Amino acid sequence: MRTDTVVIGAGHTGLAVSYLLSQRSIDHVVLERGEVANTWRTERWDSLRLLTPNWQTRLPGFAYDGDDPDGFMTMSEIVGFIGRYARWVDPPLHTLTNVTSVRKEGDDYEVVTNRGVWSCRSVVLATGEFNLPKVPPIASALPPSVESVTPFHYRRPSDLPEGGVLVVGVSATGVQLADEIHRSGRQVTVSVGEHVRMPRVYRGKDIRYWFEVTGLSDERYDEVDDIVRARSVPSPQLVGTPERITLDLNALTDRGVRLVGRLAGIRDGKAQLSGSLHNKCNRSDLKMGRLLLSIDEWIAEHGLDSEYGPPRRYERTRVEKAPPLGLDLTSGEIKTVLWATGYRPDYSWLHVPVLDHKGRLRHDGGVVSDSPGMYRIGMNFLRRRKSSFIHGAEDDARDLVDHLSAYLSTRVPARSR
Amino acid sequence: MSTGEINGVDTAHLLFARGVVGDTPAAGDYTWRASNEWVHGTHSRTTIGGYFGLGEERAHKSTYKVEADHPLEFNAEDNAATPVEIVLAGLASCLTAGVAAVAENREIKLRSVKATVEADMNIGGILGSDPEVRNGFSDVRVAYQIDADEASSADVEALVAQSQKISAVFDILTNPTNVTVQVN
Repeated sequence: MRTDTVVIGAGHTGLAVSYLLSQRSIDHVVLERGEVANTWRTERWDSLRLLTPNWQTRLPGFAYDGDDPDGFMTMSEIVGFIGRYARWVDPPLHTLTNVTSVRKEGDDYEVVTNRGVWSCRSVVLATGEFNLPKVPPIASALPPSVESVTPFHYRRPSDLPEGGVLVVGVSATGVQLADEIHRSGRQVTVSVGEHVRMPRVYRGKDIRYWFEVTGLSDERYDEVDDIVRARSVPSPQLVGTPERITLDLNALTDRGVRLVGRLAGIRDGKAQLSGSLHNKCNRSDLKMGRLLLSIDEWIAEHGLDSEYGPPRRYERTRVEKAPPLGLDLTSGEIKTVLWATGYRPDYSWLHVPVLDHKGRLRHDGGVVSDSPGMYRIGMNFLRRRKSSFIHGAEDDARDLVDHLSAYLSTRVPARSR
Repeated sequence: MSTGEINGVDTAHLLFARGVVGDTPAAGDYTWRASNEWVHGTHSRTTIGGYFGLGEERAHKSTYKVEADHPLEFNAEDNAATPVEIVLAGLASCLTAGVAAVAENREIKLRSVKATVEADMNIGGILGSDPEVRNGFSDVRVAYQIDADEASSADVEALVAQSQKISAVFDILTNPTNVTVQVN
């Protein structure tokens, strides 16, 4: 089968790209291993909600139009939203079509699936960034009496054995799961590494509102100081709840969760914890202070101080004076270790030499320059700070479809035309 | 990006080095060396000259010597600082270098940077009188006094916080490391 462009993945980014390709009348197909919004359907825990409010949940040509703009979609609601978008876009969609290989054949790409082979001049990888759990190698040293669980397989607290839980990592995933597991009656300890603290609501508005109006969300990948660092920043400690609560480390401490240092090693059944807890918390407190100051300055510059609540500063993260440097994993107190240590993309099907020595895709803002005609969308800070959020898909998709369209019109292989 | 006009740290070169190491990760593999020789009693002398880095054997501009001994109350001669104090020197020097580099990067002119380091230790551990007490430090505290042009106290605090993030010795002291000692 032949087409100009194959889009791999029918999540929100793949559908956004398809919509823009259709607007330019670029012949394409969208291949989806499962059903539309497959990852949201099958690979996330029950209580997860979007980190962004409903009013911000929009895709090219389409936006939330319900009666709860400040709410946060549950998984079934986001699956419904993306499903409605799919019906509205009406893409040339092939579901249950699993891509097993992408390789280069001359100027073309050959996309092999369980339902046939497509040849195309360009390919868009819209396969998400959170395909596989990223678990540190030290996990293999866990004593056999301790269950090892990833958020990829975790669904609800009752799936875990009774007993204490060590949650490793305190990004959005870590704090959310620590909170709900603690509420299930289990003693929870969280191991704290780098993290990004922010209040859910600041000066009366959702924090994502401030990112949007101040232009922070739109900051580009080629404008920031250090894009390598920006792309590796963990997801902010946010949770979407009807009550719009802030779920930072102090909130966890108040509920009875214990904070310990970063998990540095496991030896002889003992977790070795870093003595860097004070610095990790201090850094994220300072960073949040800079964020809030920049919001205050923006409000003042625009003469809007009277429109919003007063500026506020938050209590520093409370850390015990001498946090423990080790935890006995064989004492029976900790029955489960939950690795909230991030996800990674799966490129096992990508047989084009575009990965670096650590298996990461080399790209320039989603343009895979080493392999003309290949594009990537839907990664943390792909082109902008907002790239990984639902509403971040639009600008990135427009930029990349512009580039793709120009590529198709300048490179016409002689033998096919 | 500065080549050292502000505080004398060539951050442009550091960024260049980061690019080189990013492109060819093996170039980032360094091996540091020191050779130590017993002098007398608890007094020993460490000589530091060569190391391996950026893919080849390299040498310092000259050979440096670090003396270490123990104080009089241990019936030693106190010819030099103790090894644990040299560790504190390593920590402070590393953090201070980081403060200067981060300040350069953030275009903050430093007038003076002073640090005092304190570390607590109960010597019952090394003397073997209390097997429950570890040999090493039970707590390490560093206090910085920084005078910088036009930098707010939050900026200065951020310099010190960032210097910990990028410090090798801070990492060495706060995280476990495998150490093997053999006899040739």
